Amino acid sequence: MVDQAAGQRSAQSSPSVRNAVVIGGNRIPFARSGGPYAYSSNKDMLTAALDGLVARFGLQGERIGEVAAGAVLKHSRDFNLTREAVLGSALAADTPAYDVQQACATGLETVIGLANKIKLGQIESGIAGGVDSASDAPIAVSEGLRRVLLDLSRAKTTPQKLSILRRLRPRDLAPNAPTTGEPRTGLSMGEHQAITTARWEISREAQDELALNSHHNLAAAYERGFFSDLVTPYRGVTRDANVRADTSMEKLGKLKPVFGKDLDAPPTMTAGNSTPLTDGAATVLLGSEDYARRNNLPMLANVVDAEAAAVDFVHGAEGLLMAPVYAMPRMLQRNGLTFDDFDFFEIHEAFAGTVLSSLAAWENEDFCRNTLGLDGALGKVDRSKLNVNGSSLAAGHPFAATGGRIVASLAKALAEKGSGRGLISVCAAGGMGVVAILEAREK
Amino acid sequence: MTDKYLTLVNSGPAGKVARKLGLPKPAVLRRYRHGAPLVPGPLLVLGSTAAADSLATELLGWDQDVRRHARPGEKLGAIVVVLEHLADPGELAAPVLELGQALRQLERGGRIVTVSRPARETANPAEAAARQGVDGIVRSIGRELRAGATANGIVLRDGAPITAAAGTLRFLLSGKSAFVNGQFITVGDAGQDATQDEDRPLQGQTAVVTGAARGIGAEIAAVLSRDGASVVVVDVPAAGEQLAAVANRIGGTALQLDITADDAAARILDHVQQRYGSLDLLVHNAGITRDKLLANMDSARWNSVLAVNLASQLRVNESLLASDVFAASGRIVCLASTSGIAGNRGQSNYAASKAGVIGMVRSTGSSLEGTGRTINAVAPGFIETEMTARMPFATREVARRLSSLQQGGQPIDVAEAIAFLASPAAAGVNGEVVRVCGQSLVGA
Repeated sequence: MVDQAAGQRSAQSSPSVRNAVVIGGNRIPFARSGGPYAYSSNKDMLTAALDGLVARFGLQGERIGEVAAGAVLKHSRDFNLTREAVLGSALAADTPAYDVQQACATGLETVIGLANKIKLGQIESGIAGGVDSASDAPIAVSEGLRRVLLDLSRAKTTPQKLSILRRLRPRDLAPNAPTTGEPRTGLSMGEHQAITTARWEISREAQDELALNSHHNLAAAYERGFFSDLVTPYRGVTRDANVRADTSMEKLGKLKPVFGKDLDAPPTMTAGNSTPLTDGAATVLLGSEDYARRNNLPMLANVVDAEAAAVDFVHGAEGLLMAPVYAMPRMLQRNGLTFDDFDFFEIHEAFAGTVLSSLAAWENEDFCRNTLGLDGALGKVDRSKLNVNGSSLAAGHPFAATGGRIVASLAKALAEKGSGRGLISVCAAGGMGVVAILEAREK
Repeated sequence: MTDKYLTLVNSGPAGKVARKLGLPKPAVLRRYRHGAPLVPGPLLVLGSTAAADSLATELLGWDQDVRRHARPGEKLGAIVVVLEHLADPGELAAPVLELGQALRQLERGGRIVTVSRPARETANPAEAAARQGVDGIVRSIGRELRAGATANGIVLRDGAPITAAAGTLRFLLSGKSAFVNGQFITVGDAGQDATQDEDRPLQGQTAVVTGAARGIGAEIAAVLSRDGASVVVVDVPAAGEQLAAVANRIGGTALQLDITADDAAARILDHVQQRYGSLDLLVHNAGITRDKLLANMDSARWNSVLAVNLASQLRVNESLLASDVFAASGRIVCLASTSGIAGNRGQSNYAASKAGVIGMVRSTGSSLEGTGRTINAVAPGFIETEMTARMPFATREVARRLSSLQQGGQPIDVAEAIAFLASPAAAGVNGEVVRVCGQSLVGA
């Protein structure tokens, strides 16, 4: 499947393409849906995350090249969500903005899009980001009521209006709440993952262990102050509300499975090794080297490359959340890199099973040969380099905000280390996935 | 919070009632406003020496309306009494009695400022007595003045020319010293140019303010920014939301860190070096209270207060003074407290930390003598903040009326004193503790 003809590309050495650097990030602490941010809108949270970023880097009144962000669960009134958040923030009012929506890859895609604009010299600075509120989710009226209301607005005479109203049936009054179900299969994301988890024979223990590491790593990162310049408190919440520093294999082992109960294999996915519905927002400040130098701003990491992929989960050819598995070899090959060339792996933990299925697939010789079209197994990810500062199982997963969280945290980890590369993998609804490479700045 | 009594007695009939009943009548203080005159009327300079003449000339250079003798019936904005020549207590009578005659002509919000020499710096008992006598005079006038007028003194180090007093004199005359009363500021000859842009004296400078998320710290950050400084606001990560709001209001940068952490100084210096190049001013404002009578004091309360209020300042100063990032003319201003001077029931830990700050400032001040860098402290008295708003009603009312100005100060009063100590005009002020307490009885 890898396009062999593309070969290795020379973009990095091309004089017409310059570096795009991650300058820093800011997010609000993530909180479980229905919790402390229950009455905060996407616009409120995105504005707060932007304002924290502005305060951290002194961007008050500055015109940023462009701000790109998005939300997965979005009200129709938020058609210009990002621009509205910019107008409500301390940034200059003449800062342009646009919305992006690519399911859970939204946040990472905003980083890629803006980094590319910077690389091409179209903008000098950009703020990427994302926000999601599962608490303040839009609720739509039924399709029947919607049609009636639209026709009613076009009707001119009273008899016309009355005849339209007569079409209304009691069932039309029930609202449509958003779900995490896939429109084409009706299955929830968790049920889809359960199929994949069973397919790769991922054990309950392995999933619980990954969840445990996520919580412990995130808690330890807070303890050493890692997030002091990545997170700004919001509404009295000072840390990610979902993290459980004191969780254990015993506690995780007691939870009842919630997904995959109708499969032949014993169910293994619990609330402990799946991400909860979460509210939150994240932003990342990007710029050209020139911009960073001119404004005395730090340069944490370069945005090197990215790749998107999609799989046919509808007809059962592949699991819903397995697209990053396909994107990865294409991107690595283009850059002439293997897993051995990376110091940090940020694999988004939609479910522990997603991460472990991806790792298993990359390690599987047959799968890599026959399905990915490689010469052999892609390779083994060193588990000691995986999600070292915690990931979505501990932090939570406000869909569009996760990309910004990962990019800013990884860039900081690379800057702390002072060398090396980091790999990002984010799965998304619709059978999509996006992967990306960051590299440390040379000292 | 607002002082409802002050508002009441300054509006309509309640004022008359208060006067008839002999109740305190706190005045609305004359505070700094951009573009307002330095003083609310002509300046009278008393004293017949050459030094008095040259100070009068200096004031004329500021475009002030200067008098050498009071004109009958003319209201005066301020009276400056030059007493730097005193050799014997007998010499006090003439200038002080002349001042007394002019006091009734002082405008609301007027200023009395004396300029004298330090009693400690002479071996002659009569001369020392005369010099020290000024202390009693100024502190008494401070208690006699009404309508928001204040009396303060400048103590000019031996050898320093009278013009060295100019910068401090301007502060004490201005609305910026509204809540400073009955105090002395010792001034030496800094040997450097103290001229400054009076609208933006801190233009081009970089300042760090700790504990800046709220209250006095947020106000300090705002005033330093008003005066032209680029301000880095620092507070604990948990206060980050308010801190970001302060940073965005004043156009500064927010740095979330715990000042007691080992790497606090390094992170502050790194941030300043990267973003601004060098550091001109550090304001140690971060402080906590954990009140308990000493008999009930536990080690957690004692240790946390000492760690935040004192140990952190000692450690950060050590790193700062050893760093090239801290400018050659760098200033440190520490927040002390009148509790550290007079003590306070239930605050043995807090008072220890704040008295400790004063000791630290004096010691570091002597070691900085002649280096171009300075360290000073500001000791606030009762200031209207969220913290004092939580005091019981009666205690708060008593604390307010205990000062000669019969009211609590505002956070801006503390901030103005700090901005003054940070300014080029204060180059000759080092190792001093300036009280911003309205001449409170506490710690007098």
